[in-house]
Amino acid sequence: MMNAVLERFRTIGHRTLSSIRRLGRGHLFLLNVISVLAGMMTRPGLLIKQMYSVGVLTLIIIVVAGLFVGMVMALQSYYALVDFGAEDSVSVMVVLSLLRELGPVVTGLLFAGRAGSALTAEIGLMKATEQLSGMEMMAVNPMQRVIAPRFLASFLSMPLLALIFSAVGVIGAYMVAVMLLGLDDGAFWSQAQAHVDVHLDIVNGIIKSAVFGFVAAWIAVFEGYDCIPTSEGLGQATTRTVVYSSLAILGLDFVLTALMFGD
Amino acid sequence: MNTRTIELMVGLFVAAGLAALFMLAMSVSNLTTYGDNDGYVLKARFDNIGGLKVRSQVSASGVRVGRVTGIEYDNKGYEALVTMSIDRRYDKFPLDTSASVLTSGLLGEQYIGLDPGAEEEYLKSGSVIHITQSALVLEQIIGQFLYNMADNK
Repeated sequence: MMNAVLERFRTIGHRTLSSIRRLGRGHLFLLNVISVLAGMMTRPGLLIKQMYSVGVLTLIIIVVAGLFVGMVMALQSYYALVDFGAEDSVSVMVVLSLLRELGPVVTGLLFAGRAGSALTAEIGLMKATEQLSGMEMMAVNPMQRVIAPRFLASFLSMPLLALIFSAVGVIGAYMVAVMLLGLDDGAFWSQAQAHVDVHLDIVNGIIKSAVFGFVAAWIAVFEGYDCIPTSEGLGQATTRTVVYSSLAILGLDFVLTALMFGD
Repeated sequence: MNTRTIELMVGLFVAAGLAALFMLAMSVSNLTTYGDNDGYVLKARFDNIGGLKVRSQVSASGVRVGRVTGIEYDNKGYEALVTMSIDRRYDKFPLDTSASVLTSGLLGEQYIGLDPGAEEEYLKSGSVIHITQSALVLEQIIGQFLYNMADNK
């Protein structure tokens, strides 16, 4: 009886310690990646290649999602606002929601699902097939050759993707509001211009997406690098990447929103 | 896929991202109307500014001529002191120009309306507008209305 209770506590202690250990490994890993980032600048080709697989290939899902999110937002806010005779404010509502929240957050979630999981799987498979240790044998630093370009490419791609998402969303909202619902073309743009601030809304949106890109990239490459090198461990790592990135993005979004738009 | 195509695609991707930023900055934000900093300053004292905020519009005859840049409470005069920045192009407001806090539409936001007077001389940077009309406060209007009703009986 006593032993069973003790065993239960031991399990809790073990779990706590191992998650703290993992957290510590993650941070040391991040420091390690950042320390080799500068050395990577001499090989821009590696970065370009990763920008392609992380950024360009994610573009299609971002554009399609942005277009439809913008269109749906315009339609729904029109239905809500037309009762108050304020349908001219549709553009304000759509543009502010896109720039402040939906752009960075939805892009971050899609990015974690599309690019983050692929990164984890790729790096994890490299580890499982001992390519990473093979590089070390040849005196090539896998951090610099494999991890750093992927990390930097994700970090740089995310703000660009979020901007494209917002811009396409605005175009989608314009199509629905002006072409479909017949709102005034001039009012659409002038209302947005009167209420959207460059620093408060656009710059803060970019900062948000850069933070999300940093976190999503970190989680993706760390999970790949730290995975158990079996097919099961690889599957678990990929799942963890998507789950942790999504949770981190949603949680950080709340914190950032409270900090940026608090007063 | 060869390196050339990849580089081309990445170049297009980065360009698209920057174009999106440019489009957002130019067409849906206030960047194009941002030149308010080089305006001249006018001040006005109000008994009550209602829901006026920093960055609210200042307009004359319905045309936007400037923005509110600061709102303070004057501890000595027990009044609100509103600072506004007016576009340099509109520097011919007479000395007896009046300022009132108005509301755009029934539920719209509040702004300052300038009504030019007939003096020969013009307001200069830093001048204080003396003729002001406060914001309408709904409770006060209703109170006054009830008071008048009682009087008429």
